[in-house]
Amino acid sequence: MKSTSSHIQESKSDRVFMFFVYVFLTFVLLVVAIPLLYILSSSISSPQAVVTGKVWLFPVDFTLDGYKAVFRNSQIGIGFMNSFFYTIVGTLINVLLTIMIAYPLARKTFYGRNVFMVMLVITMMFEGGLIPFYLVVKNLHLLDTRWAMILPGALAVFQVIIARTFFQTSIPDELSEAAELDGCSDIRFIISIVLPLSKPVIAVMTLMYAVGHWNAYFDALIFLRSPDLFPLQIILRNILILSSVDPSMMANVDQVQAQQGLRELLKYSLIVVASAPILIIYPFVQRHFVKGVMIGSLKG
Amino acid sequence: MPSLNKKLHTDSPMHGGISALTQTSAVRTSPWKKIRRHWQLYLVILLPLLYLIIFKYIPMAGIVIAFKDYNVIKGIWGSHWVGLKYFEQFFGSPNFWLYIKNTLGISFYGLLVGFPAPIILALALNEIRNGLFKKSVQMVSYAPYFISTVIMVSIIIVNLSPNVGMVSKLFGMLGVENTNFMGIPGLFKSIYVWSDVWQHTGYGAIIYIAALSGVNPELYESAKVDGASRIQKILNIDIPSLIPVSVILLILNLGNIMKLGFEKIYLMQNPLNLSTSEVISTYVYKVGLLGSSFSFSAAIGFFNSIINLILLISVNYIARKLSNNSLW
Repeated sequence: MKSTSSHIQESKSDRVFMFFVYVFLTFVLLVVAIPLLYILSSSISSPQAVVTGKVWLFPVDFTLDGYKAVFRNSQIGIGFMNSFFYTIVGTLINVLLTIMIAYPLARKTFYGRNVFMVMLVITMMFEGGLIPFYLVVKNLHLLDTRWAMILPGALAVFQVIIARTFFQTSIPDELSEAAELDGCSDIRFIISIVLPLSKPVIAVMTLMYAVGHWNAYFDALIFLRSPDLFPLQIILRNILILSSVDPSMMANVDQVQAQQGLRELLKYSLIVVASAPILIIYPFVQRHFVKGVMIGSLKG
Repeated sequence: MPSLNKKLHTDSPMHGGISALTQTSAVRTSPWKKIRRHWQLYLVILLPLLYLIIFKYIPMAGIVIAFKDYNVIKGIWGSHWVGLKYFEQFFGSPNFWLYIKNTLGISFYGLLVGFPAPIILALALNEIRNGLFKKSVQMVSYAPYFISTVIMVSIIIVNLSPNVGMVSKLFGMLGVENTNFMGIPGLFKSIYVWSDVWQHTGYGAIIYIAALSGVNPELYESAKVDGASRIQKILNIDIPSLIPVSVILLILNLGNIMKLGFEKIYLMQNPLNLSTSEVISTYVYKVGLLGSSFSFSAAIGFFNSIINLILLISVNYIARKLSNNSLW
């Protein structure tokens, strides 16, 4: 805003300063973009070019072999399906529970809400730690079940605070009072008035939770043992970081050398494929995330 | 409706802030009545409360195993009390100071670089006109935030892999060839911190950009009339307007110093860099879950939580005294 108005009368020192601002921002742009571009280009280059370090910014000897190897791998397929399941079911439960606690806490007429609020905030400041948490999950017999990926993280206190702030600031007290006088029950009020009015915050919450589920690997690392329950991130860790690729997935390639090259190539393609679901929706949801950060920044 | 309005009128002077319905029934103000009138809200909050009790409060009570000799068969309550045995064992272990040093070292390094970075980016973005360039910088710099930790660490490893990765090739041009960066203990902190800056600066800047867009335009106008340069405007208008939000974020960050993220560090560890990469959270995981020393590990976790709590409270206290900005 101010830059347009003061554009004409810029002093020399201001122009020098602006030059450095543009240089700095261009530097930021390149530093963030280049590593991403390098991975994208490597994923569609030939294995030889990747292994010998010929790829810089643009693909060398275009091929889709890496992607073919990714889609041939049954482990990766199972991981994708599991991650979709955990993300969809987990997010649904997250959003439901978050609204169910955030809304009553936002109501002034809710007797005892300060007690509940303190109860909530304490969990942000102090926690039992990994081992007692693990033992609870173990004692509930949730270990190595799909529920272990959903129930222990069913609620994020931070999201509750954001949602509560939203309800407090954008649903006027008069509305619930009027509804109450007209004989509308609290539950019906939530369903037919609160939810439709809260679309922005529900959208933000859904996205935050969904990205969290899609990217999570810690819960799976400590709670799951059976490979057929593993989410994508655990399988990615095995292939990308521990470099343990099941040789049978390379069945169609005969030569050992070619296999090694392909194994390297597969890493790049896998990074692209695994990030795709989020990066595809990213441009559409970007402004929601921005909004979410801003709702969250209102001190609740 | 007429009768209703009358009630509102007659009652409201007496009960300023209380809702209309409470006012209509000044007689029924006992807590039990209030609860009964909104029994559905208690029904709604029941399930989330159950969650908090089971997954947050029971683990807090479970901390007692840090003071017991936990035995799987006897269970938490049947096991013997051992007092501070496991705390003494931890404080006396040869690596105690190393883990504390690594945890604090990475945290403070991360804060030193990671805290000002988004502020600088926001200030720079605030200087330029809205347009394609500004949009692209924002769009591209937010993107890494959405990358998962596993992918992020893979990107680090791939870019640093000897002779093949982007960064390795750049160093190769400077004459540093065939280096396994991930295997050099002295580089671990820097790799961790700077890759974090790479991933989070853009997203972290959003909140500061929002704060800057709320600055009163009249301030800039009068600064212009006074002939202030751009740098003077940043120093005297922009930075002071960012102080409240940055103090809050600083408190939150300092309060989490000991909670240093397990996920990324654990994935970045390898046998060569353990001397600088083993931190309290990874140690708790390895000793406790992989080594099944539940009580010992719980003691370390408890120690960690307490230090964190003390840090959070004292930082908040100092911030309130110095700048009037605080969490509570």
